Amino acid sequence: MTTTTYREAVRTALREALTRDSRTFLMGEDVGRYGGTYACSKGLIDEFGPERVRDAPLSESAFVGAGIGAAMAGMRPIVEIMTVNFSLLALDQIVNNAATLRHMSGGQFSVPLVIRMATGAGRQVAAQHSHSLECWYAHIPGIRVLAPGTLEDARGMLWTALQDPDPVVIFEHAALYNMEGELPDTAGPVDIERAAVRRPGRDVTLIAFGANLHKAMEAARLLAAEKIEAEVIDLRSLRPLDDATIMASVRKTRRAVVIDEAWRTGSLAAEVSARVMEQAFYDLDAPVGRVCTEEVPIPYPKHLEDAALPQPEKIVAAVKAQLGARA
Amino acid sequence: MTARADKVHLGREHLIGLLRQMLLIRRFEERCVELYSAGKIRGFLHLYIGEEANAVGVMQALGPEDAIVSTYREHGHALARGVSARAIMAEMYGKVEGTSRGRGGSMHIFDAATRFYGGNAIVAGGLPLAVGLALADKMQGRNRVTACIFGDGAAAEGEFHESLNLAALWKLPVLFVCENNYYAMGTALARAQSQTDLARHAESYAMPAEAVDGMDVVAVEVAAHRAVAAVRQDGGPYFLENRTYRFRAHSMFDPELYRGKAEVEEWKKKDPIPRLETWLTEAGLLHADDLPRMEEAISAEIEDAVAFAEAGHWEPVEDLARDVTTPPGRPEREAAA
Repeated sequence: MTTTTYREAVRTALREALTRDSRTFLMGEDVGRYGGTYACSKGLIDEFGPERVRDAPLSESAFVGAGIGAAMAGMRPIVEIMTVNFSLLALDQIVNNAATLRHMSGGQFSVPLVIRMATGAGRQVAAQHSHSLECWYAHIPGIRVLAPGTLEDARGMLWTALQDPDPVVIFEHAALYNMEGELPDTAGPVDIERAAVRRPGRDVTLIAFGANLHKAMEAARLLAAEKIEAEVIDLRSLRPLDDATIMASVRKTRRAVVIDEAWRTGSLAAEVSARVMEQAFYDLDAPVGRVCTEEVPIPYPKHLEDAALPQPEKIVAAVKAQLGARA
Repeated sequence: MTARADKVHLGREHLIGLLRQMLLIRRFEERCVELYSAGKIRGFLHLYIGEEANAVGVMQALGPEDAIVSTYREHGHALARGVSARAIMAEMYGKVEGTSRGRGGSMHIFDAATRFYGGNAIVAGGLPLAVGLALADKMQGRNRVTACIFGDGAAAEGEFHESLNLAALWKLPVLFVCENNYYAMGTALARAQSQTDLARHAESYAMPAEAVDGMDVVAVEVAAHRAVAAVRQDGGPYFLENRTYRFRAHSMFDPELYRGKAEVEEWKKKDPIPRLETWLTEAGLLHADDLPRMEEAISAEIEDAVAFAEAGHWEPVEDLARDVTTPPGRPEREAAA
């Protein structure tokens, strides 16, 4: 076992990809000389050179589109968009091109592209730097959407994503980069298909992903002190969703609370909730609960930002509301 | 007609070939209009009529290893590139035998065999793709050119400027071909652009650029050869602004309220097809029975394409979700190349 951080795990994964596959290159704003906005690619330009750790101008649409074109012509690009907030400037390329080209060309061209971006709030960077728009991307057929919430997944999802012949978008929550933990020396590629049960429990299922997985885990600890055993599911893959793992848990616990840093309206939590209604309605003892971000642009002051975002206490309250509904 | 024919060896057969290709595109699209009225072709249909010299001229300068990224007004580019008329017509019908299994229609003709990367229907959306195709070629050490065709409307999009900058900055082998037909749908160039001399945009990105008479197929071909040679030699991009005009409406839904008939008639005097015909006839290269024979052969080719499309098949609804993602064990074509 080695003590490491989420950031180092991402960097190790990038290094592995650049080492193992000569078609792979990393492209994005400040990935090279600066070392990555979140220092994920620090030092890689010295190891692999400026061609393969390629600094791009602030042209999100052009360099994401260039990644798509390069992928179609035999490369395996990893495009880093600094944050999900800036990915809005590349939505045209991701939604209109990456996601459609295979289908629209009658299966002639695949787009084996991986896009990584930081996401999420919680660092007092205000409304334009705090979005959680994973659900926008998870809405689109033709792309796979991943949310590594653990060191293992930060280390292991990238290589598996690169083997996918179609576009994959990976969301790294910015609050996770400093997360420290143990990683086995043998850690490597992981599956990107299945949700994971991160904590077994019998009374309620908490469904989360990314940084909010850890808020759910904290909530589960608080609940355990009150003899309520929550099962915690880490979605890992946001598109496609692993319905089987979700339903198996909900059928066991008969209650579910979905935690999502997006705004409630039209959130991924709404999608998961609807699926539980559709597939496990008669196994439920209470309506599915949701803990999402309040419907405001994310404010700068810490006390207001905290109040806007999902928190362990809010999750605990949502669970208790569920148990209160017990017949 | 530009008298630079000697430089690119424009012999009689070649010139007759240019005429034939332009005429094929013209007649093909005229037939499409009939088929549209008959309800055989649906959706959007953007005609290239009047602009044929550009597709035909530019394609002469490209080899089979080169790539093309085009727009939603791409029938002419596809035909001039050598994509089969049968497959294009079947695509417009929405049949499985179409270039894109009928999934794309008129605006989304794709053909891996001729490296024809669409058929892109978001204005300027194809430019970043072309930059990426060229980036892959450069990184893999392949001496190939990507021709990226778009209209004057694209010059107003951010993706145009981002892509020109990226191609020039990274010295990528892209031939940018701006087919300036003076209208972005219904908005005249001068009503949308502070700089109507579009080639000058390229100059501001330190990219060699020139404006060409896009109603003169020989002028376009000569310029394209010069441009492609420069791209192959220097590795960096080149920009052609082809000044041209579409004689028909923007699409079948366009009532053309934004321009006068007199203007259209004025441009029709520059029609590239009679222009080349006249020149060839005066030069004694086109004989009296050449043209009727050519028309007859083209008509037969088009009717064959229509029959092919008519006889084509509708994709079974059970296959609706096909090709949203790549099925396991289906390597993409470029990777296998």
